[in-house]
Amino acid sequence: MWRFIASRLLQAVPVLITVVTLTFFLVRFAPGGPFDGEKTVLPEVKRALEAQYRLDQPLWSQYLSYWGDLLHGDFGPSFRYPGRSVNELIAAGLPATTELAFYALLVAVVVGMGAGLAAALRPNSWRDYLPMALAMIGICMPTLLLGPLLVLVFGIELEWLPVSGWGDLPGDKILPSLTLGAAYAAYVARLTRGGMLEVLSQDYIRTARAKGLPEAVIIGKHALRGGVIPVVAFLGPAFAGLLCGSFVVETVFQIPGLGRLFVQAAFNRDYTMILGSTVFFAVLIVVFNLASDLLAAWLNPRVRGALRGQS
Amino acid sequence: MTEPVDATQEQGTSLWQDAWWRLRRNTLAVLSACLLLVMALACIAGPWLSPYGYEEQNLLLGAAPPSAVHWLGTDGFGRDLLTRILYGGRISLMVGLIATGVALCIGVTWGAVAGYCGGRIDAVLMRIVDILYALPFMIFVVLLMVVFGRNLLLLFFALGAVEWLTMARIMRGQVQALTQQEFVEAALSLGLSQRVILFRHLVPNALGPLIVYTTLTIPSVMLLEAFISFIGLGIQPPQSSWGSLIADGVETMEEYPWLLIYPGLALSVTLFALNFLGDGLRDALDVRAAKD
Repeated sequence: MWRFIASRLLQAVPVLITVVTLTFFLVRFAPGGPFDGEKTVLPEVKRALEAQYRLDQPLWSQYLSYWGDLLHGDFGPSFRYPGRSVNELIAAGLPATTELAFYALLVAVVVGMGAGLAAALRPNSWRDYLPMALAMIGICMPTLLLGPLLVLVFGIELEWLPVSGWGDLPGDKILPSLTLGAAYAAYVARLTRGGMLEVLSQDYIRTARAKGLPEAVIIGKHALRGGVIPVVAFLGPAFAGLLCGSFVVETVFQIPGLGRLFVQAAFNRDYTMILGSTVFFAVLIVVFNLASDLLAAWLNPRVRGALRGQS
Repeated sequence: MTEPVDATQEQGTSLWQDAWWRLRRNTLAVLSACLLLVMALACIAGPWLSPYGYEEQNLLLGAAPPSAVHWLGTDGFGRDLLTRILYGGRISLMVGLIATGVALCIGVTWGAVAGYCGGRIDAVLMRIVDILYALPFMIFVVLLMVVFGRNLLLLFFALGAVEWLTMARIMRGQVQALTQQEFVEAALSLGLSQRVILFRHLVPNALGPLIVYTTLTIPSVMLLEAFISFIGLGIQPPQSSWGSLIADGVETMEEYPWLLIYPGLALSVTLFALNFLGDGLRDALDVRAAKD
């Protein structure tokens, strides 16, 4: 088990090196510096600023010193917001994004697994077709359309819920969470249905039925555990995707989260902020992929046995 | 698919005939294919047939609801929405096709070489794919657009460059399985060159899963494009794509909801059709696990 974790962590090293290197040089080769946009920057001031941010040094030395800072957990100062570090900016944006991703994941799991279970228990009936048709809509409907449509219907026409903000008005977290969670709920529903149908056709389920176990025990105790493995394997990457993919939702609903910060940083050519958030996102992805692999392995007795044998 | 004439002369049915037969019985997939065809034709011919130009403004008219003159209404500058949707559809569909084509070329070559050569080359190539898999794609597309400017050609390549990884994996798996088959041995003993074997014998036989995955990649590329245009980094005005039209529509959806609804409808109907067609193809070609 430990060897598995260690090898997966080691695999993350080249990933992070690639991310940092690629982003660092991509951003540096971009036309236009971070201080070009301002109207009243005197040449001396600009030089002083560049010295302060180490921009006057050769590229490779900037690169190495960036690594030095990074290994100390320091993403450097922000170019755009003087006096604030990238760490502070990320820390400021993270709570809203994490909360949003968490609620969206909740929507995905509750709605998705419910719909998937309902479909799997009565295959090829309306209880199967209806959730699966909705899931298809959920997968195809782009977030950037679903969000505005929900706002239009529930925010503007019916006036049930606030149309934007995060934590300012009661209920303003509902629409963003639904918007972000919808597509994931649809995937979860399909995965649950597929996983459950496969498990329900297995011999050990027939044995359980032959023993005369009540249906609730068969489903809840025996089938569900095997049936949710594909869902669990999906959830780790999904949570990472929710954290990184909330740009649209954060833009539509004007949520002060990481996604909006990143888009603003990209527009502003805030070098260190772009770099910092990219690295941060990459770390998140690696961590959550690892976590979901471990969880899926632990849920699957065959893999669990193999892992024990390995270590 | 490769030689339909031969196939009809023989009694047996080829894989492609089987697949075609199964696909035709899938009403949803056939409907989707027809819808896509109509959509594509409308987008190609529509802007020429329309009496309005896509950037032709009519400021006196302003934003007007759908009417007999402007079928889907006009936007705030008095531009005909239908014309703009069809014109935007050209760009959205083109991005979908070209970027997927780019992804297909890179992915197929990469995966075929890795699968066929095996050994150290395979290990190195697939390690690179693994590493790239873990990168945050959306962020990289945003980054590329910011760094190299908002240029349509670049958008194609940026999107293609992030979508080829799964193609490479599928292709590698296929080629690895196929190299064990007798006909490759036969080709080898006939003294055919490696390149001929790879591209004449292995690639066509691995096409099934690739076709399915390609059909499913187009909608995800179009979605990415819509997203990039939505946050204002893709298509620049006065040009439009479905993503940028939706973004414009969102700004005024309270007063002029049709500006959001019709472009949104065009995009989601197309995405639907592509997904249904992809699912239909997967069932017809009996490809497993191409989607996830």
